Amino acid sequence: MLDMVIQQPILAALIALVSLGLVFGALLGFAAEKFKVDGDPVIDQIDELLPQTQCGQCGFPGCRPYAESIASGDAINKCPPGGQATINAIASLLDVPAPDLDEEHGQESEVKTVAYIREDECIGCTKCIQACPVDAILGAAKLMHTVIVDECTGCDLCVEPCPVDCIDMLPVEQDISQWQWSAPQTPDGLIATDGMNSPNLAGQDNPEPNREDAA
Amino acid sequence: MQEVAVILVSSVLINNYVLVQFLGLCPFMGVSKKLESAIGMSAATTFVLTLTAMASHIVNKMLLIPLELEYLRTISFILVIAAVVQFTKMFIEKTSPLLYRVLGVFLPLITTNCAVLGVALQNSSKDLNFMQASFYGFGAGAGFSLVLILFSAMRERLAAADIPQPFEGAAIAMITAGLMSLAFMGFSGLV
Repeated sequence: MLDMVIQQPILAALIALVSLGLVFGALLGFAAEKFKVDGDPVIDQIDELLPQTQCGQCGFPGCRPYAESIASGDAINKCPPGGQATINAIASLLDVPAPDLDEEHGQESEVKTVAYIREDECIGCTKCIQACPVDAILGAAKLMHTVIVDECTGCDLCVEPCPVDCIDMLPVEQDISQWQWSAPQTPDGLIATDGMNSPNLAGQDNPEPNREDAA
Repeated sequence: MQEVAVILVSSVLINNYVLVQFLGLCPFMGVSKKLESAIGMSAATTFVLTLTAMASHIVNKMLLIPLELEYLRTISFILVIAAVVQFTKMFIEKTSPLLYRVLGVFLPLITTNCAVLGVALQNSSKDLNFMQASFYGFGAGAGFSLVLILFSAMRERLAAADIPQPFEGAAIAMITAGLMSLAFMGFSGLV
C-alpha cells in the first residue's frame, strides 16, 4: 500500500495534505467547542459603538453598563455625546427603529470639546479630579490642576463641581493628529486653462475668497 | 542533560533568532512599545514555537519522509503553524481576555512570524530527535522572549528620555535594535 502511494507522487502529496488538513480541522473544531467564549457578543458590539466618554449622562456609571442595559432592552436614545449618529448605528445593529435623542439626558453638542482649567484661578480643591470619569485631570490638594487633553472626553462633568468656575469647555482645534485630506474639489479650477476664463481666479490680487470657494 | 543545556544556550544566545538570524523582526518592532504586552507576546510566541517545533517534527518524520514528500515541507509546516496559532488564539481568548485584547492583531500575526517557520524548517534539515526538536523550539521562543522583553524595557525608558528630535520614535528604536544585535554577535563561538 505504502509502496503504491510512493509510486504516485501526486497521489501521495494529495493524501498527505488532505489528511493534514482534516486532522487540524478536527483539532480546531474540537478546540472551538472546548474553549468557547461565554458572554454576549452583542454587548461588546454595542459598547464599541458608544463614544466611551464614560460621562454617565445616560444614568449608568459608564458606557459598558449602558451597553449591557441596551442589550437587555433599554432605550437606545440616552447618549448625548454620541448623538444621533450613535443612535442610528445602534438601531441598525439591533434592527430597531431609530428614535430621536432623549432631551432629558442632555443635548448633543456640535463640536468636540475638551475641558481647560484656567490655572491661575484654580484653588486646588480636587473636586474636579473626583468628578472626572476618565482620570484626565492631574493635580493634588492645594496645588494647581490641569487637564490631560488627550485623555479628556469632553463630558462636562468637571464643570459643575468647580467652586471657583475656572473650568472652560473649549472646542478642539484641529492639529496634525486629526488632520485629514479634504474632500476632492469640484472640477472647476483644477485645469490651468479653467483659470483663464473663471471669474473667481481673475483677481490675482485677492486670492482669499477664491480659496474659500474651493473649500 | 548537558545536551539540553547546549541546545538552549545555542538557540537562546548564540543563534538568537531575532538578533543574530534576523527572523521575526516584525513583532520585535511592533509589540515592543509596552513591557506588559511584550511579556504577553513573548509567552504566546514561546508557546506557539514549542508546539510548532513538536508538531512539525512529527509531521516531518511520520508523514513527509516516509512518503518521500520532503518538497512539501514549507506548505505543510505553514498548515501546522496556522493550526497551532489558531489554537493558541482560542486558548488565550478563553483564559485571558485582557491579554487577548492587548495582543490584538499581533496574535494571529504570529502565523506570519518568520521565526516560527524558520525554526520548523531548520529543525527538519538538522536530523534531530523529538526531544531535541522541541527544545530547539522552546529555546527559540525563550531567545525571542529575552530580546523582546529587554528591548521593550529599553523602549519604555527611551520614551521618557530626552532624545534629539530627528531620532525620536522608530529611529532610536532601530538604532537600539542594531546595538543589541551587535552585542549578541559577541556570543558567537561560546559553545
